[in-house]
Amino acid sequence: MTQLRLNLLLLLGLALVVPLSLLAGRVWINPLAPETHNASLILMHLRLPRAVLAVTLGAGLGLTGAAMQAYLRNPLADPGLFGIAPGAALGAVLSFWTGYAASPWLLPVFALLGASGAMLLLALIAGRGGGVALFTLAGLMVSSLAGALMSLAISLSPSPFAMTEIVTWMMGALADRSWREVWIAVPCTLAGATAIYAARRSLDALTLGEAAARSLGVDPLTLQLQIIAGVGLIIGSGVAVAGIIGFVGLMVPHLVRPLTDRRPSSLLVPSAIAGALLLLVADCLCRILPLASGELRLGIALSLLGTPFFLVLLLRMRKGLSW
Amino acid sequence: MSLATENLSVGERLRDVSIQCRRGMITAICGPNGAGKSTLLSCLADLQETTSGRVMLGERPMRFKSPRERAQWLGYLPQAPDVAWDVAVEVLVSLGRLPWSDAPAGENAQAIEDAISAMDLEELRHRPVSRLSGGERARALMARVLATQPGWLLADEPLASLDLGHGAALMRRFRQQAQQGRGVVLVLHDLATAMNHADCVVVLDKGEVVADGPPETALTRDIVSRIWKCRAQWLGDPGERALSIASPSPASERGMRILD
Repeated sequence: MTQLRLNLLLLLGLALVVPLSLLAGRVWINPLAPETHNASLILMHLRLPRAVLAVTLGAGLGLTGAAMQAYLRNPLADPGLFGIAPGAALGAVLSFWTGYAASPWLLPVFALLGASGAMLLLALIAGRGGGVALFTLAGLMVSSLAGALMSLAISLSPSPFAMTEIVTWMMGALADRSWREVWIAVPCTLAGATAIYAARRSLDALTLGEAAARSLGVDPLTLQLQIIAGVGLIIGSGVAVAGIIGFVGLMVPHLVRPLTDRRPSSLLVPSAIAGALLLLVADCLCRILPLASGELRLGIALSLLGTPFFLVLLLRMRKGLSW
Repeated sequence: MSLATENLSVGERLRDVSIQCRRGMITAICGPNGAGKSTLLSCLADLQETTSGRVMLGERPMRFKSPRERAQWLGYLPQAPDVAWDVAVEVLVSLGRLPWSDAPAGENAQAIEDAISAMDLEELRHRPVSRLSGGERARALMARVLATQPGWLLADEPLASLDLGHGAALMRRFRQQAQQGRGVVLVLHDLATAMNHADCVVVLDKGEVVADGPPETALTRDIVSRIWKCRAQWLGDPGERALSIASPSPASERGMRILD
């Protein structure tokens, strides 16, 4: 399948699912009788921002997943690897300390600060050489540091109420989001996507290994900064508005790869669209599943879906199949 | 035009190396394990930080405006490269055009076609890399370097995983490239290949140049025996030489004791 046909097909799927997602939910909206049940209110203030967020975050996760797998030359890489998501989560957790209710802007701002801190730390530790192995280790270190600090913050949390709030938030969801979150996520995701798109040729060259990529004119340091900025902005803003949503970045590039010529740059756009599609569908399913208490958290649903997928990948790898 | 080093040192790995490689010729870098062959090649490819000395391209010290310009000049094939994704041969070869991504599409397509036909890969162009044999894979990787159309081809042990026939075929293709005016520099561990196919041989040992010149003078029986620590003897006529090796000589054992 050619690149263009694949992208158009995925876009068509997205164009079909977006309107459907607007109708689905606890209150089903009848498109033929739109004025019942405060339909326009629900559409404009609940469903539409939620759909836009799902598309933005899903696209961001798919794109960063494809970029990370290309950068690390590893099909099991995930945008969560570099500690940017834990960094953002740490920032968010700290905002609960200062009193989440005080200002609705506080949490995303803190989360973005946390993500920037993680990015900065990563750039400082890894810097200079631009080697991928060192960079991955630095990411793991940042990740475990942020994780430990987050546990510390939770264990010292001022009230049990705050602790519950933190834990629920960390599970990742798109419920009860508004246009405010959209205005945080969309610009950051676009900026991050620009950085990653600029790195696409370097990611292609990395197919041949670091030495050959350098000989093909790739500057490892520039590439590293592009990846840090791209993944940091997208994942940082994503965690800031929706908590941690895993596995999309791992799964989507795998589903898309066999449909492309497997060149990393060919994977970026279709992964973004497919990620948007996956997150939108998953969010709708979470919304309409009849659960007794509220709705299934999106983060949990995707993790439940992702684990068997991961297992299949591992089994494939054990058989020595190629990517 | 030549590619040369002047008193080049890289830490303890290369010491005071001065060599000259010419365009239109095949230069072979030989030496025992750990002699610094790959380090020297990556210095020539401008991919290695040096301690002192310099690399000259033509009359001037090698300096490029950007990594991209360097990539247009120097084609580098690392030792045993692995391909991360299972792309088709055609896609693999097209990666060689990345330094020319600003060039017109037609020009790039033509360069890819030329590289594919130079390495006889027409039949295999749609085959994924994972389904290539060792020889086909080596040809595909070489075609990637050729697609860049660089002035210099620098390859680190390009024959390492190839059987006799495929190795000989690849050497013929290097000769063709040299005849077209490219400079070809190869790290070779097979001394007979260097003896029979190179125009100039540089012998390295422990980071220093031991011999440098036409193969018959650089790879003499004495040098091979002393550096590779075995009793060696060349058989056959020039161009068809074979190396015959006997058990380690007492002399070499003495040499090792002195080192300890």
